[in-house]
Amino acid sequence: MTQAPPAAVDTAGVLGRPVDRVDGTAKTSGAVRFSTDYPYPDLAHAALVCATVARGRIISIDTAAATALPGVLAVLTHENAPTMNPPRAVTLLDLSTMAASSTVNVLNTDEVHWDGQPVAVAVATSPEAAAEAAALVRVDYQASPSAVDFDAALPDAVEQKNSMLAPAGGSKGDAERALAEAAVSVDLRFTTPGHNHNALEPHGTTAAWVGDELTVHDGTQSIEWTRRHLAHRFGVPVSNVRVIAPFVGGGFGGKARVWPGTVLAVLAARATGRPVRLLLTREAVYRTVGGRTPSVQRVALGATASGRLTALVHTSTTLTGRAGGSPEQVVSQSRHLYAAKHMLLRQSQVTLDLLPNTSMRAPGEAIGTYALEAAIDELAHRLDLDPVELRLRNEPERDPLDGKRFSHRRLRAALEVGAARFGWAGRSPDPRSMRDGRWLVGWGVAAAYHPSWQLPAALTLRLSADGSVVLRSALHEMGMGTATAQAQIVAHELGVPFESVRVEHGDSALPSGPPAGGSAQTASLAAAVLSVCAELRGAVHALARRSGSPLGRRPLAGLAARDGGLFGPDGGETYVEVLTRAGRAHLDASVGGGSRLRRFADQARFMTRLALDGRRWVRAASGAHFCEVRVDPDTGEVRVSRWVGVFDIGTVVNAKTAASQLRGGIVMGLGLALGEHTLVDPRTGRIMNANLSEYHVPVHADVPELDVSFLDDPDPTMPLGVLGAGEVGITGVGGAVANAVFHATGRRVYDLPITLDKLL
Amino acid sequence: MKDFGYRVAVDVAGAVAAVAAEPGARFLGGGTNLVDLMRSGVEHPDTLVDITRLPLDAVDELPDGGLRIGALVRNSDLAAHPAVRRRYPVLAQAVLSGASGQLRNMATVGGNLLQRTRCAYFYDQATACNRREPGSGCGAIGGFTRTHAILGTSPSCLATHPSDMCVALAALDAVVEVESVRGTRRVPLLDLHRLPGDTPHQETVLEPDELVTAVELPAAEVAAVSRYRKVRDRASYAFALVSVAAGLVVRDGAVVAVRLALGGVATKPWRAVEAERVLTGAPATEDSFRAAADAELATAVVQEDNGFKVELARRTIVATLHRLATEGSAA
Repeated sequence: MTQAPPAAVDTAGVLGRPVDRVDGTAKTSGAVRFSTDYPYPDLAHAALVCATVARGRIISIDTAAATALPGVLAVLTHENAPTMNPPRAVTLLDLSTMAASSTVNVLNTDEVHWDGQPVAVAVATSPEAAAEAAALVRVDYQASPSAVDFDAALPDAVEQKNSMLAPAGGSKGDAERALAEAAVSVDLRFTTPGHNHNALEPHGTTAAWVGDELTVHDGTQSIEWTRRHLAHRFGVPVSNVRVIAPFVGGGFGGKARVWPGTVLAVLAARATGRPVRLLLTREAVYRTVGGRTPSVQRVALGATASGRLTALVHTSTTLTGRAGGSPEQVVSQSRHLYAAKHMLLRQSQVTLDLLPNTSMRAPGEAIGTYALEAAIDELAHRLDLDPVELRLRNEPERDPLDGKRFSHRRLRAALEVGAARFGWAGRSPDPRSMRDGRWLVGWGVAAAYHPSWQLPAALTLRLSADGSVVLRSALHEMGMGTATAQAQIVAHELGVPFESVRVEHGDSALPSGPPAGGSAQTASLAAAVLSVCAELRGAVHALARRSGSPLGRRPLAGLAARDGGLFGPDGGETYVEVLTRAGRAHLDASVGGGSRLRRFADQARFMTRLALDGRRWVRAASGAHFCEVRVDPDTGEVRVSRWVGVFDIGTVVNAKTAASQLRGGIVMGLGLALGEHTLVDPRTGRIMNANLSEYHVPVHADVPELDVSFLDDPDPTMPLGVLGAGEVGITGVGGAVANAVFHATGRRVYDLPITLDKLL
Repeated sequence: MKDFGYRVAVDVAGAVAAVAAEPGARFLGGGTNLVDLMRSGVEHPDTLVDITRLPLDAVDELPDGGLRIGALVRNSDLAAHPAVRRRYPVLAQAVLSGASGQLRNMATVGGNLLQRTRCAYFYDQATACNRREPGSGCGAIGGFTRTHAILGTSPSCLATHPSDMCVALAALDAVVEVESVRGTRRVPLLDLHRLPGDTPHQETVLEPDELVTAVELPAAEVAAVSRYRKVRDRASYAFALVSVAAGLVVRDGAVVAVRLALGGVATKPWRAVEAERVLTGAPATEDSFRAAADAELATAVVQEDNGFKVELARRTIVATLHRLATEGSAA
């Protein structure tokens, strides 16, 4: 028993510290492997052939030239591909069914459901031969009538249904009447275009079968879902499938579901009897991986002359593919942001013969906040009221739609702190009233808002007699610093040095982590880490008691985990000492996982808690964006020159990686505001800018220094107080830019992206 | 990409002989455009003759005060060359406004002259394109035309010429030197590219076996007071929606010399002859600049998405000439 802790150990203050990513050096030096970096003996390479009609049947498919090419092993089509089980229908009883990206059993059907659907896979001994073989495949189609024009289909929109995971609308009072009677009102129509995913790492898979056992390296943000999906498709037990994804080069929602490339790599490996690597070309990502739906939105606001909202109407129409896609929650934030007396929220969708849409960073809120926040800005203008002040006057005490309590609400503070950091008080209110040389200058503000979620997670923890700790979970490291943040939480909970904690992740052989989506991974894992650490501390204490440690005589409740062990006011013992005395090499603890029964029980418990929590609280990350733009009065070119973002993400686990997440969200939001636009030819349904040259994401020169800060105030109802940081950063960005452009030019742009032709 | 032969040329005579001897052979310079097109399946040469080791990478003074730029001078080196920056600022600015640092390090002057349109319908083999496949039709007409040309178009083709460098060269009266097994000839830059007419696949007056060896810039007072203004959808790494290469000499308030060329709006690097005619001798005022722009743009033919280019070009021409008249060529 030591009277004082060992001097060299510093375990205080690890939570929130801006620790460098544990894998940063390995990544920047090229030492880590991504999904298509894994070598296998006799590795074959695959390339996709994508359909060039939106809907129809394959009449004939000529693979002779492709097959004859030197190095080609196989050209798989619906005529010769092995049979797969069709994707399962989505059910809340098994969330892994959400892995299915579409209903189409690709290469097991002659039907084409979107322009870009894979209709053949060429497999060869080199990627070059595979690509050339794919180019040589000739397909004849019998085209069927198709609907691919979003604007033309709007009259056919159908109201979205409510679901537990996706509430579709809501109302309170009589919003239309309140709107008509309001002293001041706006009634505006906004449009946002479709967007595509452009993660740095294109989707890629390496698949290897040994008998009926499958190993898949896949760039995925849902390892367990992918595993279950593939087991089902190929008719093998789940335990026969191992999915390995320790590092993913960005997901953003585009790797949450299983897209055809993954399935076809596995199919090609099955058919050829060789390990197969399929790295999608950038074009193939556009054609086979869904993106963000376009939207048409109406936001109508009514207010008293003093700026109290009496009416808030927000409706949206989005699209989904006839062969799959997920409903977009465009009005989500409008349920919670402003204290309007009367509200009407409604979401509709049209069904088109296009690539299934999917989640893309803050699906719903990213585009919903653009319209809502631009409308609030327009209302402020008409009221001759400062837009920050208008927001503060309508900050609700309780959830405006249903009166539920906020678990925690710091939007007012975010607006006030942000305004101070930005110097908002120096804004001259009139549009076109600020200049810098020939540039028109504009300042805009918008709120950010994203709901907070938790998903079930399993993990194990091992404490060894040398003082090292290993956390094991199939969590997803996609660049956001998950492994680093969880190591910090473990270090904090066990009172051990950060450097002594190692995290093993990204492998379905490990206990299953939550899918990395909905900004939920950190909080979901944190909940599990808190309970596994508590279990481990209990195990240490029990071991101390059994092995005659003086620690055993004190109640566990009176001990704190710090300095590498458990200590009370009058001393304690390190974990190393306890384990050494007891002659134990290590102690283990675990949460979640286990049998199929336990998995279902966990999931049922999760769904129950989701429902209960949903009834009890409204929980969300939020923030305030302040933006300065310069606009060339001759050409309409917009340059964002300054940015301040203040966020409430609850507890900040790692100030460095959290700030990077939020900055990344803002940069992606600048793309949404100013450039990104998937061009779907309304005659054919074909994407015409399937490349990074003509699909404009921001380049470095488009991004100013981004001043990001946090309120760092724990949410009392979330594990460790964490609310999630992955998506809130992008919400509100489109609104802030549009509002700044209005302030600079006097022009309100209702149709994203804000390209210069809209300002001439 | 299909398999292809690869040969390294060690002298100009050998290079042109190799390409002349094989119909499917092409010259390979920096490869920044050709290799992309091969990957996309638009180009499929049988053999590439690598010319990057030929001694064509010098910038030399000409006796008349002009410059001779070797065809293999890299875009980065051209933009950084002191004589180019001092005497032809419009050219240095144009080159720097194009592509990215990495691409400019690879791309050559000769290759830049011959780069092909970025029209999406040209690149995408699932759509019709008269330029790629003569007689197949034009997918752009009735499709997305926001980036397409408003000058020099035809019912066969609306494709915009993508080069920034060529717009500056068009303003500078550059002359292109080409060599083949039949000898050397000199082609004015303005005659190098063809209008699409009903043969958009014939993009230049060069024969397939002719190698660009140099570009010559004549001396001109107006070249030293010149600038390039590129308007595009983001701050860098995007093709021009409108660009203006201009040179202007004003004495006693009147325009005594003017050069004006347009990019991003035409099917070839577009010398604004009408505008120059209106401006020469006119007072150097915004009214004159506007009248000149209007004269040049009077023949513009717009599509559904690119009508804004007329107004954007007008404004950019006026603003660029105004800045030249008031601030000179400082970028």
